Parts: sequence; C-alpha cells; structure tokens
Amino acid sequence: MRINRLTAAAVAILAATFSTACSGGSGEPSAPAGDSTSAAPAGPVELTYWTWVPNMDKIVAVWNQAHPDIQVTVSKQAGGDDAAAKFLTAAKAGNPPDLVQAEYQMLPSFVAADAVADIRAETEQARAEFGDGIWGLVTLGTDAVYAVPQDSGPMMLYYRQDLFEKYDIEVPKTWDEYAQAARAVREKDPKVFLGTFSSKDPGWFAGLSQQAGAQWWSISGDAWKVAVDDEATAKVAGYWGGLVKEGVIDGMPFFTPEWNKALNDGRLLTWPSAVWGPGVLSSNAPKAEGKWAIAPLPQWNAGENHSGFWGGSSTAVAAKSPDKAAAARFATWLNTDPQALDLLIKEGSIYPASTKGAALLTGAPDYFADQPDFWRQAAAIGATARGFTFGPNVNVTYNAYRDAFDQAVAAKTDFAAAVRTMQETTVADMRKSGFTLAQ
Amino acid sequence: MAATTLPATAGHARRQARRSLGIVPTAVLVLGAIYTLFPVSWVVVAATKSKAELFSTSTFAPGTGLLSNLSDLFAYRDGVFWLWLLNTVLYAGGGAVLSTAVSTISGYALAKYSFPGRGLIFNLLIGGILVPSVVLAIPQYLLFSKVGLADTYWSVLLPQILHPYSIYLARIYAQAAIPDSLLEAGRLDGAGEWRLFRRVALPMLTPGMVTIFLFQFVAIWNNFLLPFIMLGDDHRFPLTVGLYTLLAAGANQPSLYNLIITGTMLSLIPLIALFLTMQRYWRTDLSSGAVKSR
Repeated sequence: MRINRLTAAAVAILAATFSTACSGGSGEPSAPAGDSTSAAPAGPVELTYWTWVPNMDKIVAVWNQAHPDIQVTVSKQAGGDDAAAKFLTAAKAGNPPDLVQAEYQMLPSFVAADAVADIRAETEQARAEFGDGIWGLVTLGTDAVYAVPQDSGPMMLYYRQDLFEKYDIEVPKTWDEYAQAARAVREKDPKVFLGTFSSKDPGWFAGLSQQAGAQWWSISGDAWKVAVDDEATAKVAGYWGGLVKEGVIDGMPFFTPEWNKALNDGRLLTWPSAVWGPGVLSSNAPKAEGKWAIAPLPQWNAGENHSGFWGGSSTAVAAKSPDKAAAARFATWLNTDPQALDLLIKEGSIYPASTKGAALLTGAPDYFADQPDFWRQAAAIGATARGFTFGPNVNVTYNAYRDAFDQAVAAKTDFAAAVRTMQETTVADMRKSGFTLAQ
Repeated sequence: MAATTLPATAGHARRQARRSLGIVPTAVLVLGAIYTLFPVSWVVVAATKSKAELFSTSTFAPGTGLLSNLSDLFAYRDGVFWLWLLNTVLYAGGGAVLSTAVSTISGYALAKYSFPGRGLIFNLLIGGILVPSVVLAIPQYLLFSKVGLADTYWSVLLPQILHPYSIYLARIYAQAAIPDSLLEAGRLDGAGEWRLFRRVALPMLTPGMVTIFLFQFVAIWNNFLLPFIMLGDDHRFPLTVGLYTLLAAGANQPSLYNLIITGTMLSLIPLIALFLTMQRYWRTDLSSGAVKSR
C-alpha cells in the first residue's frame, strides 16, 4: 500500500507541522488489557461519545454493564460534514466529547487541529484486526494512531438485474462496456438512464478516482504533495464528462427526491456505490426490493481488479479528554470485540472495518434476499480496494468539487477543468493555512 | 387596469377603477397565502405517506401511512421526540417570555426617560439589528465555553433574550401608545416610577408585547444554528436539531424521511395554535379611551 510507504520520517513532519504527536496519549500508561481487574480511580470514569450510528446507545449499554468503572454516555449527533465542523469547534472551545465518530476523510483535519489524541499505545493489540488499507486511514501513514477503524465502504456496482435482462444488457466488466451499455439503454428506452453523475457527492468521485489509482494527497519529504488533478482523476473526470455531454448519463445528484423516484420507477439501472448501499436502497427505493444485484466495479483495463472506498468512519479520542486511556479502551472494545461487532452489525447496520467483523456477516441483507452470497462477494470486492491518504483540508476540496461540478454538469462543459479548479482551491487553501507544499 | 374601462362614463369608470384596484391587494394577499401555504400543505400531505408511498405516489395524493408514521415517530429511540418537543417549548416559551420582558422594559425606558447616553444606546441597538444572529453563534459558543455554560439549557436561552429588534419595536410602540401626559398625571397623583410602569404603561403595551412575544417565540422555535452549535447532549436538543439527526443519519442507515416529515408537521401545530389564540390580543385597542385630556 502506498500509504504505508510513508515511514517514520513522516511522523517527524507531522509532529513538526501539527505538534500533535506528542500531545497525545503516549505519556499515559496503557490501560490493563483485562476487563475484570483494573486500577480503577475513585468513582467511575465518565465518558461522552458523539456518534450517529443508529442504536449506539444499546451497544454502549452492554459495555456500561460490563464496565462499571468506565461509563460511556452516547449523544447521537447529525452525521456528515456538519458533525466534523461541530467537533472541531467544540475542541477549539475546550469542551469536546471524549470520543467522537470520525469519518476517514475528516480525520486528518482533526489531527491538524490537534483535536484528537495519539492512541498508539492503547491500540497495539487491535492492530492485527485490521487490513493495511484501512489501518493506513487512521495512521495517515505515520507511526501514530489517531483512531480505531469502525466501518468501511468498499465500492461496487449495484445494478437492476431484472431491467438488465429486459433491455438485454450484460453486466459491464470495464468502463468502456459501461459506456456502451449506457448508449444502448438510451436507444432502447429514452426515458431510462444507465446511471447518473452526482455533483453533490465528492466522496463518491474520490472513491472512483481511488479505483483508477488516484492519490490526491501524499507526504513527500517534509511537505504535502497535492495532486487532485492527477492523471487517474483526470481520466475518471474525462470519462464521466464525456458521457454526460453525450447525454447518455444523467446529471442528477444522489440522495435527492428526484433520484429516489427514478430508482423506484426503474428509470435508473445502476449505481456505483459502496457496501452500505442496501440501507439506502431499502429506504429510498422500497419498491425495487429483490431486483438489485451487485457486481465488482467496472475496471479501467480488462483483467484488472481494483476498487475504491466511499465513506466509512472510525472512533477517535479527543486530545482534550481527561481520560484518554479509558476512552481508547472503549474504542478498541467497540470495534474489535466480537460481541460489540455483532451488535454493530445487527443494531447499527454497519459494515465493520475489522476483518473478524466482516466475517461475522452472514445471510444477505433483506433487500438482497436473492443473493445469499452478498457478503462473500462484498468481502472479495473489499479486498481489492486501493489505499488512499486524505489531506488536512478535505472539506475545502469537497466543497470545490460541489461548486465546480455543479456548474460543469449543468453546462455540460469540460469535467477536467472542474478537477483543476479542485486542485487550485485545495492548494490555495493549504498555503493560506500555512502547510508546506511540495512543488 | 383602469384603461380597460375607458368607454364607460366618467363616474362609472372611477367607481370601476376603485373596485378593481380594491381587488389588487386581495389578489396579492391571496397569492402570498398560496405561496406560503403550499409548502405547508405539502408537509401535511406527505406526512400521511408511508415509506413506500413517499417517493412513488404523486405529490398531492394522500397516503395511508399517517398512523404508522406517528407511532414510528413516537417509538423512535423510546419517544425522544417528546423530549425534544418539551425542550423546544422550554427554549421558545422561556426565551420569548424573558425576551419580551427585557425588550419591553428597555423599550419603555428608552422611549419615556431621557438620560445621558440614551441616543448612543439606541444607536448601538439599531446597529445590533444589522448583525445577523447567525454570525454571532460561534463567538457566543466560544464565550459560553469559557464560562462553562456550553451544552446547558442556558446556552440556548441566554443569547436569545437580548434581541435588538424587539427592543426597537418596544420603544417605537411605547412612544406611540403611552402619552407623556398620562405618565405626568400619574406622577402628580403620587405614583412611583415602578408603579407607573406596572399600572399605567404595561396594560397599554400589551399588544406590542404580544407581537414581540410571537416574533421571538417563532424565531426561537425555528432556530437551528445556535442550538446545533451550543448543544452536544442530544437530550437537550430542540426539535430542529433533533429532527436533523434523523436526516443526516449517515449513509449506511436508511434516512427516516417519513418520520422527519411527520415530526415537522407535528412541530407546526403548536405554532398555529399559538397564533390563533394570541390573535385576539392584537385586536384590543388599549389606547382608546385611556387619555381623556384631549
């Protein structure tokens, strides 16, 4: 994995840049590994936890019962970018929660703001539970560990099995075939699109770019290297831009009422999405239950086997938490303990990042009742997902994506220009924030 | 519009013109009413739709899921909806009452007493109207964090008590509604300033106070950003922030659109009820007959 090549040198850089590595929990003695006995301080340790995983309070109740000395209180928050902004503000004001759900793309900005602690010492035993790609997302390629991975979102192609048969289309194995299929569908039924390009979902585009081998951020020497407009990304943008311009791919964003309706009415045949797709489809397109199937993402070159990540999050410990060791213990339990993983799957309906957790998934999701091997396929696809390093200002890059691609889709202009805008905006913002940039 | 009635006789034309012009404000108001009621009616209709019907049936076709939506909403996280509703009532009711009290007393003081710095204070308040409260939310959060009040009920109540526009409104109203001569007469009869305010001014200010109360109540009821930033504990959330957690529930969780819409509809009901009951206070014309000195 690329991210793992960033070695010890990067620690020094990060330490120098963020002066975080040392403020973390490295000075704390690691908590006793055993659950039963611990040198408990007087009175139970009270921890607060901000998350938006459904039913997390039920999962935490199990922990609280077993650990009277460490009591966790869940506060359910609204997810997404707003949650990250809220946590950063709270950290700046000096009263963050002890634990926070951190999306992988937001973690670097938390690190840059000194908002999360290094919990390397407490998570040593958890390391073996996770794949290299996922682990790289919480170490940022350094020796520090800034969070424990919770769920992940390897990408795959969701398609309408019944309508593929109706329109006599093969499941596309390459993006070329996907484009052909898009044209064929339009010819057979002008009301129907094979897919849509969403200008509102930068995480989706980032995942597709990862599949093509993009590496938007990297650390080179003592500086950040930003390559949002690298060759792989330009290829992805050019491909979708061409199809949108040709009119064979729709330009409506995901997760809108319009999109829901198209899914329900069978006017949208595919959705390149992540492993958490069933939850979305079952709520937004309940009428199409049992009609969707999954396949690996189409590849750029026949014979290749790559995927990317869209979404996923981790559990981080706030740098200002007075009980970092206890918090790290909880975070480790939550994301590696078999009982907790089982609850996360059943109550929280997440796709666990830990390899052990992924193996716990049996029986297809209700929505995919006809595909008993759903999770096996998903795990196979997940293993092909490429690693990626997120930068410290992903929110800026993502906003630039929304602005630039909104216009590009509406005007059907060159998508490559939109990617360049993303690059320029990202670089300008990092300069302004005082990051050293390699050029 | 009058041009179309040219052939008629002059007198007839004038009457005609007046009548057709009389329709114009009504028409504008009807248009405005449709414009504002349309989204509300959508919410009401959409709240009756089940999950499956929401995105598949035509927009204004009533659905069959109202009861199940309601029971789902009330069952969601052991009825946290009621807690949020209670919080909202506390924030909006408490905040509006306190804000009305502060605004009335300051507006009255600014209108009826001349003291050094009055102009300056008033101008500062006018300036305060120009600063949108959204801009202040984050600085306020940082300040409240410093004094340890962030994530408490006070953190949402306190910032909404001082509302420059309401003070401005109160001053203007007090100036117009309370004749100086009446206060003078009270003073001659030996009433102290406090008694004067309580017994003479306050009854005359009631319609203005109701206006301020309603303004503030609606503003706090609908406020999102301030509680969103201030509050971390989801048991202190008002409805706006609480329902938002249902909307932005993360990608791997089905979005609970039908619950959000049903919750939104329910949250409208107290506002409508409040307006209908408070309306009568606007009709009372207190100043009539108060001063007989004319």
